[in-house]
Amino acid sequence: MKMLRSETSRTVLSLGLLAGAFILFTGAVGMIAAFHEREVVDRFISLGQLLLMLAPFVAAYLGATRLDAQGVGAQAMLGGGIIVGLITAMPTVILLLFNSDEFRFLLDLTLKLIPFVVATVYARRLHKSGSDQRLIIGSWLAIVVLIGIVTFSFALIFEIKGDLRSVLPNISRDWVDVVTFDNRNELMTGIFALLLVSAGAGAAGGIVYNIPPVPRKALLYGLGVTLLVGAFGETVRLILQENVDRDTLKQIFRRDTLRQNPALLLFVVSTVAGYLWAMFGQQARYGFTNLEPSRRRAVNGVGMLIFAGLLLMLPWLIGRTLSDVAVTIGIFVLMGLGLNIAIGLAGLLDLGYVTNYAVGAYILAVLTSIGPLGRLDGVFTFWMVIPLALLAAMCAGFIFAVPVLRMRGDYLAIATLGFGEIIGKLAISDWLKPLIGGAQGVQAIPKPIFLGIELKNPEQLYYIVLAASLVTLFVSIRLNNSRTGRQWMAIREDEDVATAMGIDTARAKLLAFTLSAATGGVAGAIFAAKVGTVFPNSFTVFISINVLSLIIVGGIASNPGIVVGAVVLIGLPELLREFSDFRFLMYGALLVIMMIKRPQGFIPSKLVTHEIRAGVKAKPAVAD
Amino acid sequence: MALLEVNDIHTYYGNIHALKGVSFEVDSGEIIALIGSNGAGKTTTLRTICGLMAPRDGSVLYDGEDISAARADTLVGKGISMVPEGRGVFAKLTVEENLDMGAFTRRDAGVKDDLKGAYELFPRLEERKRQVAGTLSGGEQQMLAIARALMAKPRLLLLDEPSMGLAPVLVDGVFDTVQRIANEGVTILLVEQNAHMALQIADRGYVLQSGEVAISDTAANLRENETVQKTYLGID
Repeated sequence: MKMLRSETSRTVLSLGLLAGAFILFTGAVGMIAAFHEREVVDRFISLGQLLLMLAPFVAAYLGATRLDAQGVGAQAMLGGGIIVGLITAMPTVILLLFNSDEFRFLLDLTLKLIPFVVATVYARRLHKSGSDQRLIIGSWLAIVVLIGIVTFSFALIFEIKGDLRSVLPNISRDWVDVVTFDNRNELMTGIFALLLVSAGAGAAGGIVYNIPPVPRKALLYGLGVTLLVGAFGETVRLILQENVDRDTLKQIFRRDTLRQNPALLLFVVSTVAGYLWAMFGQQARYGFTNLEPSRRRAVNGVGMLIFAGLLLMLPWLIGRTLSDVAVTIGIFVLMGLGLNIAIGLAGLLDLGYVTNYAVGAYILAVLTSIGPLGRLDGVFTFWMVIPLALLAAMCAGFIFAVPVLRMRGDYLAIATLGFGEIIGKLAISDWLKPLIGGAQGVQAIPKPIFLGIELKNPEQLYYIVLAASLVTLFVSIRLNNSRTGRQWMAIREDEDVATAMGIDTARAKLLAFTLSAATGGVAGAIFAAKVGTVFPNSFTVFISINVLSLIIVGGIASNPGIVVGAVVLIGLPELLREFSDFRFLMYGALLVIMMIKRPQGFIPSKLVTHEIRAGVKAKPAVAD
Repeated sequence: MALLEVNDIHTYYGNIHALKGVSFEVDSGEIIALIGSNGAGKTTTLRTICGLMAPRDGSVLYDGEDISAARADTLVGKGISMVPEGRGVFAKLTVEENLDMGAFTRRDAGVKDDLKGAYELFPRLEERKRQVAGTLSGGEQQMLAIARALMAKPRLLLLDEPSMGLAPVLVDGVFDTVQRIANEGVTILLVEQNAHMALQIADRGYVLQSGEVAISDTAANLRENETVQKTYLGID
């Protein structure tokens, strides 16, 4: 008992249990079994197995960091890592035992013991605090009965049904296969394998922490690159497909899975690259900052040119499927940049951004459709409607801004949320059905035609999105550094003080809402042209939430942050389609982790960094 | 003629009758102190004058013009500048950006010179002009708030509790500064709980009590007034 109280053992125990709970949870929701379907390296390791190893590895590595801070030696860290690994496997082992025919009685026993144990612990506590004898006995009985009803019924269910699946449907044979490393019929061997792998991963975590920084960085880099390429094998193959001939591709991939030898090669190459970077990267950066300003500008310029070239060539490099994803990302970048004017610059929490998206999409749909709802055959082209969509969205933004001008913060958010819902209801209403088709929506929207070429592929549409994004980016950078931008900044900081500075806050807010809406309209129009049909179902509150999330995850008021946020929150889920519902679990987990570990976003803007630093330091020393 | 004339104003927070007919005058070049305890209506009076709240009854005349219905942001251009309660500096902007915001309504070429003037008045701010305002100490933030209000080149400066939350050493400094600003010809309306300090630099003073002017007199007389001494100066 005393040993458990030492800080070292507590660290090991808590991290191990945390990782164990993670494995147990992902197993119970079916993630491990689903991830097992995707092989990272052909016939070597699956994503599910990787998850099983990654948890103890990371836990042991974190444990080593903490043990190091407690002044524990390298050997003890190795031991600690092994123990963390064993503890990580424990909850899964227990569940395996409960799930097996031979050891089901253990579950039965546990369930039947729980009420008595809980009641006794509680009674002891009452006893220690000197309660009345009758009260102690009374509460003991009450607890046994109350908890007993629940646990005994579960025991009964398990006895009748014969396995755990009646309560935990994902504790399936597939799951057992993964966690026992295909030893379903030899349970003891399977458990032993799990413990061995888990302890090994834990030990690796402890060891990796103790190797010198340069090779460690190289190793982690190599592992990371290889596993990422393996995990996103399908995506990587799609990219290679564009640039490599079929036979080579066949040697690298077996269907979507990375073969063993290329994986090994990739690991070696990326480790060496990581090693070189770890050795000389610092020097290179140092050399760069010490260059003459003109030279440095030249290097920067070359970098920018390469980047611009890559942006322009992107569709050819990544092929059709990924270009489609890129267009979707671009549409959301467009909306992110727009919403950022309201949220990031002016501090107006707008949760109804989907309104502008819907207005833009429907304007384009109705004006250009060649289906039954389009009565204006061929009069309007895509290019004519884009400015109209922009204007219409601005009008919508203006109209919806007027009633909420006096609202602030949370109230504003709720009101705008309502507007988003109103638009959704209007789109599906019978009242507007003759015009916009109600639930059937508008069909047969022609693709844009540019110089006689029909832009029907995502590779071509990509350039429209790119151009629109660049224009928006330019405008928003200019706005940020303008008098208007400073007005918004002042309003975001303190509306009353802004007024006291002579700023007409009502006008500035109207302007922010209106300009913010503009790009939403363009994004909607491009979306409509891309998909070719517009349904009310496409315009839900989730669009608003997605745009807001990508701004926050990327870094509020930071333009590069918005691009990164869109790639992570919109692009990754598209690439992970095969994991269906688990995408949203991961999406949610990412949001929570980001908000705890990096609230300023991936690429924070200068202002927000100010704010966070100010939050740490701003203890006004009164007697200064 | 008085620069500012407040005639029998009644201001409400919803149904709460906060100001029950407050009247007073501020002449050009004067320092006027409004003193009173918490909830007497001092800040409400200031907010009503500068347009953040509208009086339900009564009028506010500035330079002979009725401004009781004017919007707050338009008054800055007319020469009324306010240092809000709790300083209200823009915490995320640098000192210099804050000062720039103060000159927001101005488009004349004199802004640069005035920035220099502000740094002469507060050398401390020049040392920290690239620092983010939120990291300044309380005293420095107060200086910044005053300097920012001066950047609008006001004729009338409204100060809301400039001594609030400051150490006694710093309070002296703040009142010194206010005196110096007044010497340059800016008319000052000062709202203060620290009656002792306020009445030392003021020409005249008004004592507010539950939304009404209870006493009005010269500052010298108020310092000697028995009620004022007992209630606001802590002298028995």
